[in-house]
Amino acid sequence: MNLTLHIWRQKNASDPGRMVRYEAKNVNADMSFLEMLDVLNEELTLKGEDPVAFDSDCREGICGMCGFMINGVAHGPQRGTTVCQLHMRRFKEGDQLHLEPWRARAFPVIKDLVVDRSAFDRIIQAGGFISVSTGSAPDGNAILVPKPAADLAMDAAACIGCGACVAACPNAAAALFTGAKITHLAKLPQGQPERYQRVLGMVAQARQDLFGSCTNIGECEAVCPKAIPLDVIAGMNRDFIKASWERREEVIEKGAG
Amino acid sequence: MQLDSRIPSGPIEKAWDKARFEMKLVNPANKRKYSVIVVGSGLAGASASASLAELGYNVKCFCFQDSPRRAHSIAAQGGINAAKNYQNDGDSIYRLFYDTVKGGDFRAREANVYRLAQISVNIIDQCVAQGVPFAREYGGTLANRSFGGAQVSRTFYARGQTGQQLLLGAYQALERQVASGKVKMLARTEMLGLAVIDGRARGIVTRDLITGKVESHVADAVVLASGGYGNVYYLSTNAKGSNCTAIWRAHKRGAAFANPCFTQIHPTCIPVSGEYQSKLTLMSESLRNDGRIWVPKKKGDKRTPEQIPDAERDYYLERRYPSFGNLVPRDVASRNAKAVCDEGRGVGETGLGVYLDFSDAIQRLGADGIRERYGNLFEMYERITGEDPYRVPMRIFPAIHYTMGGLWVDYHLMSTIPGLFVIGEANFSDHGANRLGASALMQGLADGYFILPYTLGNYLAGAKLEKVDTAHAEFRSVENEVNAMTRRLLSIRGKRTVSSFHRELGKTLWEDCGMSRNRASLEGAIRKIRVLREEFWGNADVLGGGEELNQALEHAGRVADFLELGELLAIDALQRDESCGGHFREEHQTPDGEALRDDERFCYAAAWEYAGAGGQPVLNKEPLKFEYVPPTQRSYK
Ligand SMILES: Cc1cc2nc3c(=O)[nH]c(=O)nc-3n(C[C@H](O)[C@H](O)[C@H](O)COP(=O)(O)OP(=O)(O)OC[C@H]3O[C@@H](n4cnc5c(N)ncnc54)[C@H](O)[C@@H]3O)c2cc1C
Ligand code: FES
Repeated sequence: MNLTLHIWRQKNASDPGRMVRYEAKNVNADMSFLEMLDVLNEELTLKGEDPVAFDSDCREGICGMCGFMINGVAHGPQRGTTVCQLHMRRFKEGDQLHLEPWRARAFPVIKDLVVDRSAFDRIIQAGGFISVSTGSAPDGNAILVPKPAADLAMDAAACIGCGACVAACPNAAAALFTGAKITHLAKLPQGQPERYQRVLGMVAQARQDLFGSCTNIGECEAVCPKAIPLDVIAGMNRDFIKASWERREEVIEKGAG
Repeated sequence: MQLDSRIPSGPIEKAWDKARFEMKLVNPANKRKYSVIVVGSGLAGASASASLAELGYNVKCFCFQDSPRRAHSIAAQGGINAAKNYQNDGDSIYRLFYDTVKGGDFRAREANVYRLAQISVNIIDQCVAQGVPFAREYGGTLANRSFGGAQVSRTFYARGQTGQQLLLGAYQALERQVASGKVKMLARTEMLGLAVIDGRARGIVTRDLITGKVESHVADAVVLASGGYGNVYYLSTNAKGSNCTAIWRAHKRGAAFANPCFTQIHPTCIPVSGEYQSKLTLMSESLRNDGRIWVPKKKGDKRTPEQIPDAERDYYLERRYPSFGNLVPRDVASRNAKAVCDEGRGVGETGLGVYLDFSDAIQRLGADGIRERYGNLFEMYERITGEDPYRVPMRIFPAIHYTMGGLWVDYHLMSTIPGLFVIGEANFSDHGANRLGASALMQGLADGYFILPYTLGNYLAGAKLEKVDTAHAEFRSVENEVNAMTRRLLSIRGKRTVSSFHRELGKTLWEDCGMSRNRASLEGAIRKIRVLREEFWGNADVLGGGEELNQALEHAGRVADFLELGELLAIDALQRDESCGGHFREEHQTPDGEALRDDERFCYAAAWEYAGAGGQPVLNKEPLKFEYVPPTQRSYK
C-alpha cells in the first residue's frame, strides 16, 4: 500500500519545527509502524536527507520508549497498543497520516518525535518506592497477600511509563501515571507504611514538574497501551485527601495541598 | 595473561560464606569517600547501583535509554527461579545448582553456580519486600510454575511481565537513592571508552546522546552491566538498542572476553515475515508447558493445520524425548525445530516455522484458563501476526535470544582489569554453554544485590588508589580516541546504510555460526566478516553531525563494534572443536544427532585477549573442574 506521511521535523529544542510531507511507497501490511519508518529512514539516508528521529527500544510494547501521535491519537488507532506493536494492516491505501511528538509542557521536544520524559522519573523519586534496603527483607511468604490484592496491584503496575496519558490529556496531567504507581503500592501490605507520605510526595512533584491537573476527562485511559483504568486516579485522590487531612501540618510546610 | 578465578577452597556449600568472611570491609564512615561507576540500569546495574548507594558509596549510573526503567530486562516475560521449595516438590539449593551445571552442559564454574543457587532465595524475599506483584495462590502465598525444562516448580512470575516487575522494583530502589543524592543517574549517555590508570579501571568516557558532548568520569571502580550482545546477529529477541560497545571497548583495553561463541537460541519466537523485519519477538517459553509442538509428518504438506488429522502430525519432541517432551532445554528444542524444517516439514509461508498448538490445553482448561496464564502473550501474538492463537496454532521458530559469553570474570565478578567488574548478561560466569529458562533474571539480581556489594568493597578496601581526576592524560587519550572514531564515521559518506551492514553481518552469523556450525562455515564467516568490515569503513553512510542527537551515528558505532566482535565469535566457535550446549558443531554429534562434548580437550572457559586491530586474538584457558556434578552426556530422553 502507499501512504502519505506528514511528520513533525524539529532539529532541536530551540528550532520552531514544522510538518514535512513524505510518501511511503509499497508498505507491507505485516510491517510494524516503526518498521515502516525504518524503511523511510533508510530511503532518506540514501537520498542524503536527515532521517526522522524517534525513540524505540524493545519494540514489544513493554519498555515504554516509543510513542508519538498519529492523526492526533497517542500511539495511533489501535486500542491497547504502542506504536511499536501497531501493524500496517490497520491502515489502507492512500491514508494520510500526521505524526507529531507528545505535546506537553512537562515533556519538551528534543528532536523530531523525541521528547524528554525525565519528569516521570522525578515523580518516582518523590516516593514511588518502598524503602527496603537490600538484605533487610523477611521471607517472601512471611506476609501473605490475598490474590485479588496481588492481581489489582499487578493491573496498576503494568504501566510502561510511555507518557501517552499525558499527551492525550487536554490538561497534560500525569494523573494516570502517578495514580498507577500509587495504586500498585497501596494495594500491597508492603506498601502500607509509606502509603500516605508517598501520595503527598508524588502528587506535589507532578505539580512542580508542570503537569496539569486532572479533571476526569478519561482520554488517558482510552489511549493507555496497557489499559490502566481510571480507577487508579480515584484511588490516588482518596489517598491524597486522607493524607492531606492526617498530615496537614507537613502538607502546609511542603505546600503540597 | 594470568587467569586466577579466586574460587575459595573447601566444600562448595561453605565457599561463599568463607569468601565473605575473608573479605576486607570498608569502614562505614569511609564508604562515602569512594565513588563507583555503573554502566547499565537493567536488573544487574540498577540492583547494584541501589545496593551500593544504600551502603554509602557514591554511584554514577549510566544508560542509553531516556530512563533507567527502560533497560532491556524489562522485556523478560517468563519468570525467575529460586530454590525456595515452597511447593514441597523436592527442590533444594543443591538441585538448582545441579540442574544449572548440567543445563550449562558442564562449561560453567561449579562454585559460581552454587552461590547463585544459594542466593536465589534471598532475591525473592527482596523483591517481594519491594512490592513486586508476584503471582499468588488464593491463600496468599507465592505461586510457582515449572519452566523451561525444570522438573520442579521453582519459577516465580508476575503474569507474563516478570522482567518488567523485577526491573521496576530495582528501578524504584535506584530512584530512591537518586532522591537521597547517593546516585547520580545519567540517562541518554553512552559509554564509549574505558580509562585504565596504573593498570586499574579508573573511569569512563561517555557521549551525551542529546548534545553529543564527550565527557570523562572518574571513579574508584567501574562496573559494567551493559547486557548481552545477541544483536550481533541483527535479528534477535533483544531490544533494538542492545549492543556490545561497553564490553567490547573494555575488551580492547585489556579485559579478556570469554566464550563468545556460547550464544543461546530460543525455540519459541514469532517467525520472520520479511526483509524489513527489525527484531524478533519471543513467545515465552512458559507456553511450552501447555502447548504441543508439531509439524506434519509429510514433507511440503500445504494443508491448514486443522485439516491435518492427529495421525498425520508429528509431535516430534514428545516422540523423541518421552520423559521431557515439549519441555526439553532450549538448545535441544531449537535444533529439533531446525531439523524438521531442513527436512522440508516446516510450516507457514516461508517453511521456517513449527506449530505450537493449544487446542488440547484449551479443552482441558477452557479458554479462560489459558487466558489467565498467557493472555497477554496471546494478544501480542495476534497483534503481530494477525492470527488468533485461541483458534489456530501459533507458528514459532528459533531466534537468537541470549549470550552466555561475555567478559571473563573471577569469583568476585572482577574482569582481568583490576577494578573493572562485570555483572549480569555482560559477563560470562554462570550459565556455561546453555542457560536454563528463568535463570538470567536470577543471575542479574544475584550479581547486583548480593554479590557485587561485597566483592567491590573487598577490592576498594584492599586497593591503594592514587587520587586521580579527569585532567589525567589517560582521559585525554581516551576522549581523543572517541572523538576520532566519531569523526571517522561521519566522514565516510559512502553509499550503504549502516542497517544494511548490520543485516548482512547478522545473516552471515546466523547462517554460518548460528544453530549449527562446522569448520567450513566458520572459516567462511571469518572471511566474510573481514571483507564486510572493510567495506563498512569505506562505504557506510552516516549523515548529520556529532554534536546533536544523531541516532544513525549511535547505531554506526555499535555496528562497528559488532563487526569486530562477530569475528571473535566465529574464531571462538572454530577453536571449540566439540559440541556443547548451544554450540553445536556438526562434526561432533551422536548417531541420533545429539551434541557430543569433548571433555578431554575442551573442559575449559576460553578467555580471549585482544591483540590489536588485525592481530590474531590470544586464547587463554581457564580449566574447569567438576567435583560435585560429574560430567555426563546430557540426556532428556
Ligand atoms: C524477550 C526476552 C525475554 C526474556 N525472558 C527471560 C525470563 O523470563 N527469565 C529470565 O531469567 N531471563 C529472561 N531473559 C533474559 C534476561 O532478560 C536478560 O538476560 C537480563 O535481563 C539482562 O539484564 P542485564 O541487567 O544484564 O542487562 P540489560 O537489562 O540488557 O541492561 C543493559 C543496560 O546497559 C545499558 N547500556 C548498554 N550499553 C551501554 C553503554 N555503552 N553506555 C551506557 N549504557 C549502556 C542499557 O542502557 C541498559 O540500561 C529474556 C530476554 C529477552 C530478550
Ligand atoms: S519500543 Fe518499547 S514499548 Fe515500544
